Amino acid sequence: MSDDKKKKLKLKVSAIKEGTVIDHIPAQNLFKVISILGLDKIEHQITFGTNLESERLGSKAIIKVTDKFFEDDEINKIALIAPHAKLNIIRDYEVVEKKVVEIPKEIIGIVKCFNPKCITNNETITTRFKVVDSSPIALRCSYCEKHTVGEQIKMV
Amino acid sequence: MKRDLISITDYSKEEYLKIMDLAAEFEANPNQDLLQGKVVASLFFEPSTRTRLSFETAISRLGARIIGIADPGSSSTSKGETLHDTIKMVSNYADLIVMRHPLEGAARYAAEVSHVPVINAGDGANQHPTQTLLDMYSIVKTQGTLDNLNIFMVGDLKYGRTVHSLLMAMSEFENPIFNFIAPPELQMPKEYKMFLREKGIRFFEHREFTDIISEADIIYMTRVQKERFSDPIEYEQVKNVYILRNAMLEKTKPNVKILHPLPRVNEIHTDVDKNQKAYYFEQARNGVFTREAIISHIMNLK
Ligand SMILES: [Zn+2]
Repeated sequence: MSDDKKKKLKLKVSAIKEGTVIDHIPAQNLFKVISILGLDKIEHQITFGTNLESERLGSKAIIKVTDKFFEDDEINKIALIAPHAKLNIIRDYEVVEKKVVEIPKEIIGIVKCFNPKCITNNETITTRFKVVDSSPIALRCSYCEKHTVGEQIKMV
Repeated sequence: MKRDLISITDYSKEEYLKIMDLAAEFEANPNQDLLQGKVVASLFFEPSTRTRLSFETAISRLGARIIGIADPGSSSTSKGETLHDTIKMVSNYADLIVMRHPLEGAARYAAEVSHVPVINAGDGANQHPTQTLLDMYSIVKTQGTLDNLNIFMVGDLKYGRTVHSLLMAMSEFENPIFNFIAPPELQMPKEYKMFLREKGIRFFEHREFTDIISEADIIYMTRVQKERFSDPIEYEQVKNVYILRNAMLEKTKPNVKILHPLPRVNEIHTDVDKNQKAYYFEQARNGVFTREAIISHIMNLK
């Protein structure tokens, strides 16, 4: 592939002046990330690309949000579904800071409890978990106290 | 701020000891009108006559009035009302809620919804903290201490919530030793064994129910329930292995006591009942005093 072509590919998702670029999102989780971050409910200009080639993920997605800068608490919510996500903070078309996501201590309203007899699976309740282990990720339900681990983790 | 009792670990060691002292006080003097003029809601979304009667006796001996649900079939929940709405309504009427529910985590959720204190009287297979406190009261009453005890747990250690909570609570005391006797399919879950290892507490696992119990200060028996087994043949094989008979108690320590959360099926032979080491009926009686202690503590009356 020529350098010119590569440059063109990179520009498929256009550059932003000020804001945040979230890169290395697993393509299949793009819309979940959008929903968890509430990007479907804000008025900032958002561009995203998906099914882009990635050596690491096979197929990745990228989101660019104009004039939006995330707090750590806010962005760490996506750690369960996009653990390798990288943030580029853009000021005047330049990357001024890079960030990675970290698994938070508490997960609220994102994950379903694995226990079918848990009250959260039987009544409309926002789920809440303490993260008790990181590899594999183990979540302790604040209601039924059961652990939801690794592969058992499903989004609400 | 209101305090609830949902899980046994909601209480500290100091609070365990306080409840033990108060329970002894109520045993000496059970009728105290501390809750006169108060209303306590007794919400049993799943029938449990034994636990309900114990609570309602404790409430009555404290002088409060009881409102509630005893038969879940006739309650508002069977008309489709959410737990949220039932608790919102009841917490506007009552000064305290005692609640049993078939779903796990229901009590924690009710405590979040309610502005009056909630006592968990059992939420599915999860927690039943007042049972644990009455077990501890039975232990301290018969052994004179909660320290340096060798506790044997027998039967269904996988699903038995009473043994899990008792293990957590007794681990707060000095130098306990635990012995687990269970069939391979009903062994103590690994998170509890990990918890003990992290605390440096000794424990031993056994398959056979033999004279190793001669070391015991407490033998805590549980039911092996048929519905826990996927293979009915497996159940038939183990159901008669973990039965305590009077003859097995011959070489046990003079201070040993046999506890069981009741009701029993066949895991304690009736020939044990006459032995002075059998304690399960007194244990149930201790429940009333312990619940009086818990209620008066939660209501800041003692
Ligand atoms: Zn749960």
